[in-house]
Amino acid sequence: MTAILDHELAAHLGSYPHTIVSYVDREGYPVNVATGFRPDGYAGLVYLEPFDAPDQPGAGAEMELTFSHVRPRPGTGYDQRRYVNVWGKVIRGDAGLAVAPERTAGWDEQRVPFVEYCERNLARAHRYMSRLSEERGAPVRPFLPLRWRLFLATRVPFLTATIVPILLGAVIARSHGYSAWLLTTLALLGASCIHLGLNVLNDIFDVSSGADVENVTPTPFSGGSRVVLYGLVGRRSMWTLALVLFALGSAIGGYLALTRATEILWLGIAGVALAIFYTAPPLKLVYRGLGDIAVAAGFGPIMTLGSYAVVAQRVSFEAFYASLPVALLVMLILYVNQVPDRLGDERAGKRTVAVRFGREWIIRGYDVFAAMAFALIVVGVIAGIMPVWTLLALVAAPLALRVHSGLVAHYDEPYGLVPALASNIALHLFTGLGLIVGYVL
Amino acid sequence: MTPLPDDAARILDAALVCELTVLSGDRVVTYPLIPLFDGERIFMTSSVLFSRKLDHIKANPKVAVSVTDPTATPVDRFARITIQGDARVIDDDLHAGWLSVLPMWERKEPVIRKFLRQRFGLPLFFERALIEVTPRRVLVWPQPGGWLEVHELQEERA
Repeated sequence: MTAILDHELAAHLGSYPHTIVSYVDREGYPVNVATGFRPDGYAGLVYLEPFDAPDQPGAGAEMELTFSHVRPRPGTGYDQRRYVNVWGKVIRGDAGLAVAPERTAGWDEQRVPFVEYCERNLARAHRYMSRLSEERGAPVRPFLPLRWRLFLATRVPFLTATIVPILLGAVIARSHGYSAWLLTTLALLGASCIHLGLNVLNDIFDVSSGADVENVTPTPFSGGSRVVLYGLVGRRSMWTLALVLFALGSAIGGYLALTRATEILWLGIAGVALAIFYTAPPLKLVYRGLGDIAVAAGFGPIMTLGSYAVVAQRVSFEAFYASLPVALLVMLILYVNQVPDRLGDERAGKRTVAVRFGREWIIRGYDVFAAMAFALIVVGVIAGIMPVWTLLALVAAPLALRVHSGLVAHYDEPYGLVPALASNIALHLFTGLGLIVGYVL
Repeated sequence: MTPLPDDAARILDAALVCELTVLSGDRVVTYPLIPLFDGERIFMTSSVLFSRKLDHIKANPKVAVSVTDPTATPVDRFARITIQGDARVIDDDLHAGWLSVLPMWERKEPVIRKFLRQRFGLPLFFERALIEVTPRRVLVWPQPGGWLEVHELQEERA
């Protein structure tokens, strides 16, 4: 904040009960003392009530005024943190002691949420640790145990996007009279490796492109893992992790293709290609607004058909059809998660769907795709493609309304959107589980 | 060292927030922080994310700490206090060094223990330096806007 005292700042300062006057005494120590005050937006001055303190500065000297507030919350601590620092020259006249503000700074957590405030200061943290490293002659880095670094870097909780289509393919195969649970587990492991590798690769390229750097409002569901930005994991380690995950996933896929069905090979190649070129050049699908389609294809038909083929050693139209609602709902996870990221994405040249289209189109698009997902289930049952018990999946439909309401109410508030982002992930998971249970019954 | 006057010790012990004023060249800069008092020295912690104050203290250790907000200081007979002193930044172990003052911090902000369990969510916030202030002079205003009492503290010498 940089402004001299105008009516807006005067009104804001007037909301504080007192000010803390700070200056330097004769011995070179700071003095800070509370007193009453009256901001005058017309005169551009803050008038101070007389106070008893040593070595008070004379006219023309610089003085700092601090206005600070917290609301005590017994049992937890406090909230509503805000403060303003005002620096200016001392004026002594007939009206008493006053300060003419020249410079201000401060923070109000209701205007800049705490997490965003932290993100905006990342560079300062790195500068501090870098200086410490120079002083000590050894690197000073933030620390988290390896298990947490791996958990964050790979974004394990997003694995529900893989678990649902793999299980769906397996239970459809079971309903067709095939069963191979050990091989299904192996397929799940392989697909999970590719998924986690995708997440790691996505982080590497989003940091390189500046998309994660530009994003100062990450949420638990968007904005990347940030392990590289925070200095918790080096880029080389991220590359190694991605390569290991892709190699392991590909090896498992290759084994399944060789031993079960050649269709798995083509599905696997398509899946790995989408996972790599989701963010990697030259395609950078997500940077061109094609990430949603890539995610729908990869976490919908490709995984479901692949899993089906592992068990049944062939592909089926039913498995393809049943994967479509899952594909639409997993696509909607990315679609909505791009909303809080869109300002940073735009600054970094990442032209996602949420960057390309405005609020109304995005919300309308969400409604249409969510409705399509459930319509596909109903039509599938009516047409006799899917068993009637898969209608159980419709139980999750109200979650889509919750996401819609969240988008309407908090489209421009990244942290306000978090419950909607969580509901959207739950929508995919519970609809998928409904389909899976429907096939099991 | 001469102990702090009772009023100052009692208020520091209860205050949820204080104002730490440091020197940036010949200018003063004030930061609201949680004061932690062990009966002799005042401690505060600062994340590396908000490390400018640490740089200032390293350049000039002269500081002042005030408690001015009666609503954030749950005591009977509130008095405004200012403690002038010399500060030291302890940043040998940013990850765990500051945990020595966690019990004092938790007493004022119980929710910090829960946040700490989730430190993976905001890892840099929990990379912290300790600020240790050795008091040398205490200013007490028993009544708001009233007269000042000055207490000089003598450092014990071996």
